[in-house]
Amino acid sequence: MPIPFSAQVINMCAALLLLIAFAMLSQRRVLSLINLFALQGLILAVSTTVVAYSSNQHHLYYSAALTLLLKAIVLPVILYKLIHKLDIRWDVETMFNIPTIMLVGLLLVVFSFNLAAPISQMAGTITKSTLGIAMATVLLSFLMMITRSKAVPQVIGFLAMENGLFFAATSATYGMPMVVEMGIALDVLIGMFILGIFFFQIRTAFDSLDLAHMEKLKED
Amino acid sequence: MEIFWVLFIPLLGGLLLAVFGTHRNAPELNSLMSFATLIASAVLTTRVISDGSFTAWNEQFFVDAFNVFLVALTAFVGFTTSLFSRPYMRIEQHHGKLSINMLRLYYSMYQLFTFTMLLALLTNNMGILWVAMEAATLTTVLLVSLYRTPASLEAAWKYFILCGVGIAQALFGTILLYFAAEKILGAGGTALLWTHLNEVKGQLEPTVLSLAFVFLLVGYGTKVGLAPLHNWLPDAHAEGPTPVSAVLSGLLLNVALYAVVRSKVLVDGALGTHFAGNLMMGFGQLSVVMAAFFLSRQKDVKRMFAYSSIEHMGLMTFAFGMGGAVATFAGLLHMTVHCLTKSAIFFAVGHAAQQSGTQLMDGIRGLIKTSPSVGWGLALGTLAILGMPPFGVFTSEFMILTTAMHAYPWTMPFLLIALGVAFASIFGQMQRMVFGETTGKRLPHPPALIPVFVHLALVLMLGLYIPPYLADWYRQAAALIG
Repeated sequence: MPIPFSAQVINMCAALLLLIAFAMLSQRRVLSLINLFALQGLILAVSTTVVAYSSNQHHLYYSAALTLLLKAIVLPVILYKLIHKLDIRWDVETMFNIPTIMLVGLLLVVFSFNLAAPISQMAGTITKSTLGIAMATVLLSFLMMITRSKAVPQVIGFLAMENGLFFAATSATYGMPMVVEMGIALDVLIGMFILGIFFFQIRTAFDSLDLAHMEKLKED
Repeated sequence: MEIFWVLFIPLLGGLLLAVFGTHRNAPELNSLMSFATLIASAVLTTRVISDGSFTAWNEQFFVDAFNVFLVALTAFVGFTTSLFSRPYMRIEQHHGKLSINMLRLYYSMYQLFTFTMLLALLTNNMGILWVAMEAATLTTVLLVSLYRTPASLEAAWKYFILCGVGIAQALFGTILLYFAAEKILGAGGTALLWTHLNEVKGQLEPTVLSLAFVFLLVGYGTKVGLAPLHNWLPDAHAEGPTPVSAVLSGLLLNVALYAVVRSKVLVDGALGTHFAGNLMMGFGQLSVVMAAFFLSRQKDVKRMFAYSSIEHMGLMTFAFGMGGAVATFAGLLHMTVHCLTKSAIFFAVGHAAQQSGTQLMDGIRGLIKTSPSVGWGLALGTLAILGMPPFGVFTSEFMILTTAMHAYPWTMPFLLIALGVAFASIFGQMQRMVFGETTGKRLPHPPALIPVFVHLALVLMLGLYIPPYLADWYRQAAALIG
């Protein structure tokens, strides 16, 4: 049986998301990371719209609109403003061993495809094949958070992880109930504001947003 | 309607204090709002006692014996902590550690934090439960970093990132739960309602639910402070202002454990095995052992008691993991007495640190001479938390240990050694802080120690005599949890 066109579009979106997750993993410029994050939000919104259209789930249109607004526009704009005010637009992070990190990332993808396989078989959604990719995105963002030592990239990793979870929700179940999705969006937005305040506090206290300065609280 | 007031008052309080937080009487307003919340939750409690459990607002909210007891406890400790924070924060301001705007942030966030915890307890929707838990993190992040010192900022950053990542795992668990539920309850709003899930739990797909529980346990377990995900907890407790340490330790950890237990009920029903219980027992026991050994090496008094919280949360998780009427009863009792005792200890410790000008235990000496009430509060609180007989902690720990001895004898050496190590180290440190030559100064405002002794009196009462309606209540809750 040939795969319907909409499913092909969704699969392509999923592939793009995975690609972006890897790009984020190896991207050293803060500005480019934010661009990648905005692109990720856009693709997420597109794929949610296609799922909404092909499965006739009307509430998904709302969540696609919410995604577009929040993750492709509002959050990236806040991030741009932040790095502009903090004057770290052209910051380049020194990262070692990008090839090793990429290899670990590959292993994570294999792992998440295996973990997702039994669940995808049970899913009746048009998007079930993408659950593995959603999980891989979550794990790759997690890996990105671990390997970064600066505050802004860590936060972008955190937000990318949230994107991955959202994608998992649409691919396994056609999205969570609307109340819950609104609540999650609100949390993410408030969290972003608090982090914004927080960046300035950290900068005032440490003269830098490099978290390597934070080594005081350790068990000896 | 009662539910509405319980949630609306702290929310209103948060908004009011955001506006009037710089006013001279803001601490009194804070206490007043907390008191109103306590009254509202008392009314709610009496209704549940007379009418039994009920749902409200299209079943979005749900009250039964299990959560109403935590609502009452949360409102009570919320109120006593607000009483304690009145003189405490004034002294901090007097010492020049806090500005008036920081105090406004504190009062406003304190009320909103109470709101998120009550929302997490009262909601029937597993998704909203997640949202409220995340919101509870968000409201406390800026409180942990209130002093703006490098150490407090580091602690807050760690708290935010670790709990954020942890809670993201819980979201994935919730998605999996919804995925399994949707097959049976159909898509839409009702598939995440706990009461509906509880009715059909036998039909939920076991493989999906066991995977979901792993994620939920890791996620909410991070907030409970279970080892090895506990790293944020000692830092956040030590660096934040003391009233925040008291509510984090006494209340937030309980609410997170509540979320774990609610999930466990569903998973047990779906699997019909002891899978969830075994996982909880493992994590719980690891936390008890690990916390006891870290505890013995602490120099900062708040860090030491933070590790003691990890130990006790581990013990509760272990008790709920064992399951059965007695162990669950003991777990619930331990939740109550630990919450009361630990917040009382933090109140006493807060004033002790203010007198000595340091949180390092080497600098705190002779409390009983400078201020006998602080000294006695700390001494009695410590004896209570260590499980000395007439206090309630003894009763609950005794019940947990005897049940474990029958059902899982191999856990005994680990638990007993850990409790022994914790006893030796905390007791020794307490003795040196309370007695000996004094170094402290008098405080510029009289300390608020009524909450300390009220809490300890309640713990003492629970150790000697549990009122029949309370025991009934625990039994009902234990029957619900199973």
